[in-house]
Amino acid sequence: MTTGRLGAEGLANVGQARADARGRASVSDWMPYLPANTTPYPPDGVDPDTLTWAETVAPGGYTHLRVARGTRLRLEDVDGEACASVLVHNAAQPGERLNVADTQKIPWQAYLGAGHPLLSGDGRVLATIVADTSGRHDAFCGASSDAWNEAKYGDATAEGPSPSGHALLRLAAARHGLESRDLPPAVSFFKGVRVAADGALEWTGSAGPGRSVDLLAELPLVVLIANAPHPRDPRPDYVAGPLRVHAWRSRPTGLDDDVAAATPERERAYRNTIAYAGLAGL
Amino acid sequence: MSITTTVPPRPVHDPDSPLDWSGPLVPGEVVLDERVAPRAAWSGVVAAADVLTIVDVGGNQSADCLLYAADDTAERYSAADTIAWQGNVYVRTGTVLRSNLGRPLMAVAGNEVDRQDTIGGACGKESNTLRYGHHTAYQHACRENFLAEGARHGLGVRDLVSNLNWFMNVPVEADGSLGIVDGMSGPGRRVALRAERDVLVVVSNCPQMNNPCNDFNCTPLRMIVTRP
Ligand SMILES: [Zn+2]
Repeated sequence: MTTGRLGAEGLANVGQARADARGRASVSDWMPYLPANTTPYPPDGVDPDTLTWAETVAPGGYTHLRVARGTRLRLEDVDGEACASVLVHNAAQPGERLNVADTQKIPWQAYLGAGHPLLSGDGRVLATIVADTSGRHDAFCGASSDAWNEAKYGDATAEGPSPSGHALLRLAAARHGLESRDLPPAVSFFKGVRVAADGALEWTGSAGPGRSVDLLAELPLVVLIANAPHPRDPRPDYVAGPLRVHAWRSRPTGLDDDVAAATPERERAYRNTIAYAGLAGL
Repeated sequence: MSITTTVPPRPVHDPDSPLDWSGPLVPGEVVLDERVAPRAAWSGVVAAADVLTIVDVGGNQSADCLLYAADDTAERYSAADTIAWQGNVYVRTGTVLRSNLGRPLMAVAGNEVDRQDTIGGACGKESNTLRYGHHTAYQHACRENFLAEGARHGLGVRDLVSNLNWFMNVPVEADGSLGIVDGMSGPGRRVALRAERDVLVVVSNCPQMNNPCNDFNCTPLRMIVTRP
């Protein structure tokens, strides 16, 4: 990867500037791979020709994906230092979005893991966590805020050395016509907390490198992902790592699938989701 | 006026329920004093430095509550930032109620319940279908109240976020089990919130009759604003 002036010659005319720009073709450690089947990091057990997206998100970076119903999305914490703060919106109706309170209350379970539905406030499943090799996640604290990063690191801006998760999510959201009002509390993957008896948060941190989480889109979604340190990360420095994102075609959950049949609450959530999708022709 | 109606019965408290209307938790000139009927919504702007006392008149009546910066409602209460900043999921005296930008909106200046909730969310017609079944879809819910009361201030579905539930009890157990259980409040118990800036407060007096968030007995609330 090369930045800055490539050679000693001047770039005073368009031809020189064009040649200079074209001389920059290269690769970086954080980039999308297009088409997706050219990814250097194809997910295990997935036919690369079914891949629909492949990308590595930079530390302190973000991405935003518009995905079809039935898309499976794998997030991988490459070096154990990623923290993926995720929001999902119904792409057809973005006023319907992740509701962390319902996501914890309806399954009667605060801690996210395989089989856990990510619920909207409208009684539907936006996405299902269908696989999880990390187990270190958090649905309490959301993405870091501007005030938190300013207090902890001295800066929260997206262009600075310590972007807040919220600043990154605002930029991701803007690509879809969404604003700050469209950003409720997010869930964070790969950095865990647990709640003690007195309510105190206990940091469990990372499960180590190479861990992944698979999300299955149960409706057409806008997925917003910020890759910034968790607000309870006890380390004084801004430590973030690359986040790998792959997507491929799969199928949405059916009522006979284990995740739907697991509990009566979840079964009704999938029933609502499937009815909504059928009625809307999704 | 008493009419005959074919609308399914609305829940209301037992006529023998003890009610304690109490009074302000923090002294000062009373600048507002209103009663919120069972099942109803309420909203008001609390000026910076004023204190809102919410009275749990009948005991264990969840007051679902959202906060917005009065001069820019895009800045609103964030349960996540409140929790992350204090490192604890329960709301108690001293808890700073923060916005989605991490800034203080209000602070808990007084509290007569062991712990207050901000992880249980609000009930809704839709979420009721998941928790209890589709036979409850017709029932009134806090989300209805938030939408109706919010619309008076230009707020809509995009402005509904994880809320506070005054006088509701939602423990997190060691294995992560989480749920609404019997409350720890009682008639006349109070919480007092000092505004750190001008704050729009929207409250739903929870009409839920399928869990113990109001002891299956919908009672009134009293809202008192004092100026120290
Ligand atoms: Zn309610």
